[in-house]
Amino acid sequence: MNLIIKDLYVSINKKNILKGVNLIVPQGKIHAIMGPNGSGKSTLSLALAGYPAYVIKSGSILLNGNNITHLTPHNRAKKGLFLAFQYPLEIPGVNNAYFLKTIVKTHVRYKDTGAVKIMSLIEEYMLKLGMSSDFLKRDVNEGFSGGEKKRNEILQMFMLKPSFSILDEIDSGLDIDALKFVSISIDRFLKENPKSSVILVTHYSHLFKYIKPQKIHILINGKIATSGDISLVQKLEKKGYQGLSN
Amino acid sequence: MISNNKKILKKINNDIEYKYGFVSKIKEDSFPFGLNNDVIRNISLKKNEPEWLLNFRLKAFKYFEKLTKLNKTPLWPELTLPTINFDNICYFSKPQSVPKNIEDVDPELIETYKKLGIPIDEQKRISGVAVDAIFDSVSIATTFQKELEAFGIIFSSFSEAIANHPELVKKYLGRVVPYTDNFYSALNSSVFSDGSFCFIPANTKCPLELSTYFRINAANTGQFERTLIVAEENSTVSYLEGCTAPIRNNNQLHAAIVEIIALENACVKYSTVQNWYPGNKNGVGGILNYVTKRGICIGDFSKISWIQVEVGSAITWKYPSVILKGKNTTGEFFSIAMTNNYQQADTGTKMIHLGEGSSSSIISKGISSGFSKNSYRGMVKVLKNAKNAKNYSQCDSLILGDMCGGHTFPVIVSYNDSTQIEHEASTSKLSEDRIFYCQQRGLSKEDAVHLIIHGFCKSVLNNLPMEFAVETRKLLFLTLDDIVF
Repeated sequence: MNLIIKDLYVSINKKNILKGVNLIVPQGKIHAIMGPNGSGKSTLSLALAGYPAYVIKSGSILLNGNNITHLTPHNRAKKGLFLAFQYPLEIPGVNNAYFLKTIVKTHVRYKDTGAVKIMSLIEEYMLKLGMSSDFLKRDVNEGFSGGEKKRNEILQMFMLKPSFSILDEIDSGLDIDALKFVSISIDRFLKENPKSSVILVTHYSHLFKYIKPQKIHILINGKIATSGDISLVQKLEKKGYQGLSN
Repeated sequence: MISNNKKILKKINNDIEYKYGFVSKIKEDSFPFGLNNDVIRNISLKKNEPEWLLNFRLKAFKYFEKLTKLNKTPLWPELTLPTINFDNICYFSKPQSVPKNIEDVDPELIETYKKLGIPIDEQKRISGVAVDAIFDSVSIATTFQKELEAFGIIFSSFSEAIANHPELVKKYLGRVVPYTDNFYSALNSSVFSDGSFCFIPANTKCPLELSTYFRINAANTGQFERTLIVAEENSTVSYLEGCTAPIRNNNQLHAAIVEIIALENACVKYSTVQNWYPGNKNGVGGILNYVTKRGICIGDFSKISWIQVEVGSAITWKYPSVILKGKNTTGEFFSIAMTNNYQQADTGTKMIHLGEGSSSSIISKGISSGFSKNSYRGMVKVLKNAKNAKNYSQCDSLILGDMCGGHTFPVIVSYNDSTQIEHEASTSKLSEDRIFYCQQRGLSKEDAVHLIIHGFCKSVLNNLPMEFAVETRKLLFLTLDDIVF
């Protein structure tokens, strides 16, 4: 059970963004991908999830032994891939409770679970995540604060229990308290689901106070420039991305 | 000639999927083409009408002729209108055997309605819904009539109402939509053939959903029906109309009038699911749907709601309106109009505030794709005496594709400084990012689009009667899938 990315080339509007990414994330591990603006971090996240505008020129993505390189986004999701969006989308007119129930029912795990049971599970996790029950009555992400949107993403992660999650700048737009809460929640998810793997995509290291990645990869100009353990962060903080790439 | 027609039909059938495009083999008596005083006299004669009604028709026709001479077809809508030759239409067509009661209905007709999902035979009636089935120019069956009679509710075809309750028809006919109202109301008033009549006596809550199902079958025949709903003091009724027609490669005319009268504290909800044949993907054929619908809240505290889901017709021209005459009256208009290929819709409402404390809400959702045109046209008019009147309007357009048009033409007129009027409008494209977000959580593209469009339409769909909500959603998504996938 792991994620293997082999020599991945991705372009958008004929512009090459990823230029040969190689990465292996084993089962139950936390890896972080860091990099300067425009290095291709978000492209990598979205390309892994199958965003249609990103064209995979060559290379492959293997998830738990399955080649998912050319699968539709929803089939990747069903195979256990989850992307927590940097900017979760609003869906006006669609009630959050209805949305949660609907997406949960598409996953094998809940095939035989009744609606009442699903609702009580959702409410249980909401309680854990400190979300008030009026979340359920509101439309999906509409009028949510930055923190509420991120919590809603984490709630979905808790429900779907993906084997592999990409958290794209989960720390952006959060105040200190929200950051702490969201980080602790993710850490808790990983403790409850020890076989799940996570890629944290981030600019900054402040997330690592609460979640300890085993490995850090620095993405620069569409390629992994260097990888290492958490000590890489100190080097990074001293030298900056510029210093590391040299 | 016939086999040639079949070939054409088959070809059109292949073009798009219109589930209700079949033709029933029913022997029909049809008038020869053409429109003149004799045709009108003949319609009236066929229907055994009293003289006052014939005179009403003849007066209307005189007015129609005047308008035709002056070339007064309405040209202001955002529509490219075909020229209609009014002498090239048959104005009356009815199945040869029109039964006295439901047991005698031609099995082919029962079969037709079964295919349309509207069972009319006694055993298979839809529970909780009374149906008046109109086939071309006549009503062929009305279900649950006896049960409704026990409540003093009259629900019958228009012809029956003329025969059995002439005083009521005479009292209210043309009261809300006079024949002089517009070009097509003059035409309808001259040649209307059948329709539904519905009368809810005072202090009665109609225990069933009432509905009329309009079916055009005969070729080159126009359908001109009239519906009249009278709700007396403290009464409540919910009414639904559905419409379909066979696939044909020439345009067919449908010009209807619906009038609603609500007395004090009465509440009328009128829902429409319009699925006339829309024409093929090249814009050939389809129903020309010119409809005048208007209600008047005469009594204080009365309420009229229009709910419409418009997916069919080559051209839709309709503005279900409410005249808010009484004090504290309420008018509502909820609309979803979906157009594809070369369909054109110009639809909206008029809310005329005359009474103090009257309020109105308008929610319009337009979804356009292909080469279609989809316009909201509305007027909110608050007159001097309508102190403290309120209106809220919201018009949203969703554009699928880059060759179609979504337009909004709102007119707001207020002669009163105590008025509170709000208008919101938005135009958007179906967001790829939203679809992707749903897909990432496990929904297929189809399901994702359904979810998003459902959300877009929810505030309108929620107002449909329960009995029809599921079917309507299905219809909407069926039409949508044709467009998106």
